[in-house]
Amino acid sequence: MTFFSNIWRNEKSREIIVQIIVLFFLGWFISWLVMNVNANFEALGKDISFEFLFIPAGYDINQYLIDYDSRDSHLRAGIVGLLNTGLVAFFGIILATVLGIALGIIRLSKNWLASKIAYWYVEFTRNVPILLHILLWHGIIINTLPHPRKAISLGDVTFLSNRGFYIPKPLAESGIELVYLFLVVAVIFSILFAKYCKKKQDLTGIQYPVFLINFSVICFLPLIAFFLSGMPVSLEIPALKGFNFRGGMHMSPELAALTFALGIYTAAFIAEIVRAGILAIDKGQREAAESIGLKPSKVMNLVILPQARRVIIPPLTSQYLNLTKNSSLAIAIGYMDLVATLGGISLNQTGREMETMLIVMLIYLSVSLSISALMNWYNSKVKLVGR
Amino acid sequence: MKTKMLLAGVTAGVMFAGSVLASTLDDVRARGKLNCIINTGLAGFAAPDDKGNWTGFDVDFCKAVAAATLGDASKVNYTTATGKTRFTKLAAGEGEILSRNTTWTFSRDVDLSQTFIGVNYYDGQGFMVPKSLGVKSAKGLDGASVCIQTGTTTELNLAEYFKGNNIKYNPVPIETNAEAQELYKAGRCDVYTTDASGLYATMMSFDNPSDHMVLPEIVSKEPLGPVVRHGDDQWADIVSWVLRAMMAAEEKGITSKNVKELAAKDNKDKEINRLLGKDPLQGLSKLGLSPDWAVNVISQVGNYQESFEKHLFPLTIKRGMNALYRDGGLHYIPPIK
Repeated sequence: MTFFSNIWRNEKSREIIVQIIVLFFLGWFISWLVMNVNANFEALGKDISFEFLFIPAGYDINQYLIDYDSRDSHLRAGIVGLLNTGLVAFFGIILATVLGIALGIIRLSKNWLASKIAYWYVEFTRNVPILLHILLWHGIIINTLPHPRKAISLGDVTFLSNRGFYIPKPLAESGIELVYLFLVVAVIFSILFAKYCKKKQDLTGIQYPVFLINFSVICFLPLIAFFLSGMPVSLEIPALKGFNFRGGMHMSPELAALTFALGIYTAAFIAEIVRAGILAIDKGQREAAESIGLKPSKVMNLVILPQARRVIIPPLTSQYLNLTKNSSLAIAIGYMDLVATLGGISLNQTGREMETMLIVMLIYLSVSLSISALMNWYNSKVKLVGR
Repeated sequence: MKTKMLLAGVTAGVMFAGSVLASTLDDVRARGKLNCIINTGLAGFAAPDDKGNWTGFDVDFCKAVAAATLGDASKVNYTTATGKTRFTKLAAGEGEILSRNTTWTFSRDVDLSQTFIGVNYYDGQGFMVPKSLGVKSAKGLDGASVCIQTGTTTELNLAEYFKGNNIKYNPVPIETNAEAQELYKAGRCDVYTTDASGLYATMMSFDNPSDHMVLPEIVSKEPLGPVVRHGDDQWADIVSWVLRAMMAAEEKGITSKNVKELAAKDNKDKEINRLLGKDPLQGLSKLGLSPDWAVNVISQVGNYQESFEKHLFPLTIKRGMNALYRDGGLHYIPPIK
């Protein structure tokens, strides 16, 4: 008795015992769930099998980044859906980040009107459910833009209609290699030049307009090559043929609506995170920076933002994760993402709810964990280094 | 040790609950209501009327089964399901019958462990277009945007038909009929495709039905019928014979108007007597039904023809394949003996 009570009184061993008990119950609960599923499946005469992944899917998908045909397998249909999820998450994150940071900074601006506009933007967007944003944007695009036959034409090469946006597609011709080569050279030069300038500044304090020079080099060097090699790019211009436009690059109304909705909605949250990050920096930092004569833009870029970044990154990560997961609402407007393909039509055609849902969940989990890992890595780069 | 026993007990309990199923008929009788899974809204088949009551061809069938088993056609709880959720809902026991324009296919019957009890509507997939589009045939749809209701056999038929005819198209998948209509009306799609019955139903709900047309091509076979869970043969028999009783009533000229009168007298046609409980129908007790089961169905719901004409004629749907065999259709009813 005294032995056990001694163990219990010892803080360290008590912690271990409690953890073992919790772990045991967790394991028991999970195994109970699994057995329950198994028993119910048995009662229904169903089995768990993933063979359906390799039979032909049989349905078409309207947007694919890798070749896809209705005779390809359910697995491939799922991958096409996953890439579509990735595409909309990618565009959405870029839009949300740019808009969010801009709004967060504007919100703190001394200009009363700008600050109020940012304030109302944040309050309006973040207090409306994301699904309504998606339906609203989709409704706006398909109800206000005209039919393809009456499409709004911008210079007869770009067209806006309720079937989406069509822009000319650049097609590479022979001789394009020189342009690529010059681009690579320009990028390498820029990296080396930036390093050189930093070293020089560290040693002498002299500043060069690094950004301006590198930007010009990266822009103009390939442009020179482009003209030297006789303009080896032709444009495939979309043209109305039959019911719809053919050729060119196409952004469907669903992709556009989803990108706008996710980007604009998440931007409101990011704006607040950025504002919080900036406000978290002690006023003294700004005053000190101003007192040594730095311009306001330099104060922001060199003193405030690098410190604010540490506060901003962790919550920003969770906003990126939210955006990616929210993209699964795409199903409401018929955008063929992972949930609509593997978790939707494939599920339906094969009747394998458990299997498809498990796969879809695992994929979202791994995508989220990857984004999280990437952001944690970035966070560890910018966080305060203990000295 | 105690936990282990608890674990074993819980497991056994779960297995027990999962594998031993009481008879579906007993469940329904004990509840006093039939749970029926229907469409989320398709005019003519299952749609709320102006008083909010579900009405339609598929709803009638739910009522008929309630009349046969409970003696009262009004004792039905309706649960709606989209094309995607219907099989899951049936499997999970949210209803005893799935009466929702469901196409009978091999894999649904076999792989999904369900029992299709017959065909109550022979359908086929068609295409609806605005007349202003100027298309007269599905072969002229090259490059069109096509709105599809997902969760059906429709996607596969469409892919096969267009591939076979080497036609390119842009599929726009939509979850429910109502949303698909909105997109079609907004001009997001040139074409709307689903079963022809659904197209007529959708068209009649438009402000100007005459501005739209259904193309002549029917690209698939869609035998639609009620579905029950696998494993309770008694219940499957009840549901399938309710359907046949409605059709047999049409064949024998028994209607909701004259059924009481025919049931009271001795008819020359002994099949009428057996159906209406005048003469014994061998094996009926095995189904657990009372002798007046068919009288209840026909007097409270009507025969097949009455239900069809009431709900589907307003949609300008003709009997066509859905006439009795005698009249040149496909419905051939096994004898009631």
